[in-house]
Amino acid sequence: MSAVLDNLDLFRSGLLTTLALSVLAALLAFSLGTLLAAFRVSPFPPLAGLGTFYVEIVRNTPLTVLWFFMALGLPLLNLTLPSFFVAGVLALGLYTAAFVCEAVRSGINAVSAGQAEAARAIGLTFGQSLRLVVLPQALRTVVPPLGNLWIALVKNSSVGSAFAITEITAVANRLANTNPADVIAVFIGAAVAYLVITLSSGLALGVLERRVVVLR
Amino acid sequence: MSQQTSVLYDHLGPKGRRNVRIGTWIGAGLVLVLIGAALIQLDQTGQLESERWAILFDPSTGVPQGLFRALLTTLRAALVAMALSMVLGALLAAGRLSDHGWVRTPVGAVVEFFRGVPLLLLILFAYLALPRLGINLNLFWTLVAGLTAYNMAVLGEIFRAGILSVDRGQWEAGFALGLRKSQVMRIVLVPQAVRRMLPAIVSQLVTLLKDTSLGFIIGYFELLRQGRSYVDYFGSRYGLQIYVAVAVFYITVNLALSMFARWLDRRTSRSPKVVAVQPLPDEVEPVLPLGRE
Repeated sequence: MSAVLDNLDLFRSGLLTTLALSVLAALLAFSLGTLLAAFRVSPFPPLAGLGTFYVEIVRNTPLTVLWFFMALGLPLLNLTLPSFFVAGVLALGLYTAAFVCEAVRSGINAVSAGQAEAARAIGLTFGQSLRLVVLPQALRTVVPPLGNLWIALVKNSSVGSAFAITEITAVANRLANTNPADVIAVFIGAAVAYLVITLSSGLALGVLERRVVVLR
Repeated sequence: MSQQTSVLYDHLGPKGRRNVRIGTWIGAGLVLVLIGAALIQLDQTGQLESERWAILFDPSTGVPQGLFRALLTTLRAALVAMALSMVLGALLAAGRLSDHGWVRTPVGAVVEFFRGVPLLLLILFAYLALPRLGINLNLFWTLVAGLTAYNMAVLGEIFRAGILSVDRGQWEAGFALGLRKSQVMRIVLVPQAVRRMLPAIVSQLVTLLKDTSLGFIIGYFELLRQGRSYVDYFGSRYGLQIYVAVAVFYITVNLALSMFARWLDRRTSRSPKVVAVQPLPDEVEPVLPLGRE
């Protein structure tokens, strides 16, 4: 138990690193994922093909392998990233973007065709019907899947512990090795740190969902 | 794409078609520039030399055989963990749907705990902490234990969401016929729920297969660890090639699994027994409060 209490500041800095890594990666994932979704529904075949290719490849590659490319593969191409942290943000962000793309696309598909037809029937242009009618409804339906992706991303950031990022799991791993007697307490401490993020995100998302949900 | 985009705008006139054509060319140009930039970067660093790639196909280096062996160890861990987590997940789902609060509450707590914690933390726990508790597992079972603990909770929630998504008229009719709860579950609900949840179950199994790569961190000799040891042995000169080969192995197996799922889905949805059961589309997540990826 003392190993946890004596190292609370280590746990706190680990928690902050996990949060920083996750927030930056989420920003990248959500913007790139939305862009890719726009590519996939656009009428331009090369862009749609690029979006599909990206999603199929990245979704089926383990995050660990992708992280390996970012941290150890890119330097072989003389493209050295400024730090392992940046490599981590890129790996997590690029990986999650593929899932975000699919979530947003399915959200656009889930808006019933009647809505878009009605928008066209009252004379709205393509841009107007997308902006005023389809997207506002699409974004509401994707709140739960995007929330799930955020929580998954936080948990996936633990892979960073293998790539020289001292987030929660790395702290737990180190303390477990230096305090063999307190291994169980150390892991429970790390689990609690993650549960603080995931469970509170889950609660916040539940509130958000109830706010924005449209009954159909 | 077409049936989806066509509701967004009218059939294109000559001007619209021209715009689409121009956009297509610009898009194609963009993609080509990206590919070209990547190729130039690869060429300048000498990564395209045929000698570097030859190592992947030359049996005398032992690399192809080693990677195939590693693929088998990966699949072995994945299959055992899949089987165990399906069985335990079904038990957890049944427990969480129980009528008795003293079963429902602790099972719910177990599920929420394992779903809310990163898989890697569970694997490290099995690796570092279980021996302290007097449970000594070899690397294979350490990895399987971590994978199972996490995925049984996720799959349990998928099963539960599937059973809850079956129309209430179905179980009401079951009870009206005088079936017991276990019979309603077995004869009425589970067969329908499984068909609905098939896409979600398979995508979770793909995730599990990908997650075996975390075995790398505890030193289990799966694909990534094998690749890494070859890079250490042959030098980083062959690094990129070997990592690409590892990625190709994973992508191939996972794509095959996804295609199998799509085929299975088409087959079951054609069967006259299930025309009434609409499978949920792949993307529609079951109502889960926590991430399941």
